[in-house]
Amino acid sequence: MTVDWSWHAVAEAFPLLLRGLVVTLEITVLAALLSYVLGLVFAVIRMSRIPVLSQLTFLFIEAVRSTPLLVQVFMFYYVLQSQTGILLSAFLSGVIVIGVHYACYTSEVYRAGIEAVPKGQWEAATALNLPRGRVWTSVILPQAVPRVLPALGNYTIAMFKETPLLLGIGVLEMLNRAKEYGAETFRVLEAYTLAGVFFLVISYIASVMVRRLESRVGTL
Amino acid sequence: MVRFDTVAKRFGDTVVLDNLTFDVAPGEFVTLIGPSGSGKTTILRLLMTLERVTDGAVYVAGQPLSHMRKGDNLVPASEKHLRAARKRIGMVFQQFNLFPNMNVLRNLTEAPVRTLGKSRAEAEERARELLDMVGLAEKAEAHPTQLSGGQQQRVAIARALAMDPKVLLLDEVTSALDPELVSGVLRLLEELVRTTDITFLCVTHEMQFARDVSDRVMVLDGGRIIEDGEPEKIFTEPDNERTREFLHAVLDRP
Repeated sequence: MTVDWSWHAVAEAFPLLLRGLVVTLEITVLAALLSYVLGLVFAVIRMSRIPVLSQLTFLFIEAVRSTPLLVQVFMFYYVLQSQTGILLSAFLSGVIVIGVHYACYTSEVYRAGIEAVPKGQWEAATALNLPRGRVWTSVILPQAVPRVLPALGNYTIAMFKETPLLLGIGVLEMLNRAKEYGAETFRVLEAYTLAGVFFLVISYIASVMVRRLESRVGTL
Repeated sequence: MVRFDTVAKRFGDTVVLDNLTFDVAPGEFVTLIGPSGSGKTTILRLLMTLERVTDGAVYVAGQPLSHMRKGDNLVPASEKHLRAARKRIGMVFQQFNLFPNMNVLRNLTEAPVRTLGKSRAEAEERARELLDMVGLAEKAEAHPTQLSGGQQQRVAIARALAMDPKVLLLDEVTSALDPELVSGVLRLLEELVRTTDITFLCVTHEMQFARDVSDRVMVLDGGRIIEDGEPEKIFTEPDNERTREFLHAVLDRP
């Protein structure tokens, strides 16, 4: 068996995939930001033990964590649209679903980070009669958030690697571009290899950065 | 100033405080002593509203702390009521509990600014006065982790004072300190007792200190007050056999 490898095809696919990569990165960044903010909101709601709201949040998190991301993508994009008539672009739907999905994971990360803040900090803040909201923003979160940054970084890499799922709803991200090129030219080997290399290089660089962040946070 | 009216505190089946009743007069320095698990720290934690009573009521300056009046009845306090009640009370902890994400000055100004609504300039001026008083004026910009345990505890005392408490709770404030740092903190406390009219409730194992500064010593055992009186009397001729055993155990240590 000989491998039929064409550098010409690689050169041809390269700019196409690069355009897809831009979309992939846009989705990753927006979904990540959504998951950072929403995950924190979920964590604080759950830990504040607000009646009903805390339980609902818990159920929602469990439901999201127990179903596949692709099912959620289809549910949100196709089912929601057909049932309610709300029309969101595939791109925006992808950002929302990935962001919300990962918020359910980042909320656990935040929770662990918040629980790692010693109880004495809460007690001192209470003894100083700081308002509830201030206890969070002045005392607890500034101590919890630096500790969770590496874990958030790892989930961001995971989100980056999940974006090809959005091919299922037609988002023109990198894998979709590779598929498109492969279908037109039959050069699937080069197209998918190149996509794989892009994912590999970016994920690897990002994980090295997370590891460096980890060692810096460790010295805090 | 402080009144416990048949206060009980139970965690599940464990009785921590057993129908405790006592009063503390304004300006009084009361030391709580007794074996570990006798409920001393729980008394302070109830006063600081870090715990809720199981039964009975705690009053500070005549106001119910854990409950509020609704008509003729007492109902469990709301967060708003607790925040109003806490204004009079400050606490210094065994583990200092300074906020490590803020410098010393910020530790002292955060609550006055956020809780009392002071301007930052006003709060900083007061904070610097207090730091000067505890002998750490030059450490205002330092980070808590750069300070020794004794220095951290002096900052924690200054932080509590920045809220102008009427009642200050001292929970084993020297227990976590290296021996050579204890006397500095105790001297500071003695000076506070002399120069302010704050009411103190103090849990300590420093018996000499307790004897020197206390107006009154209460001995606890198994969640009850087994003896309550002047320090000289309690340390020299206690009435209760358990008190004698306890003092014997702590004072005769080599």
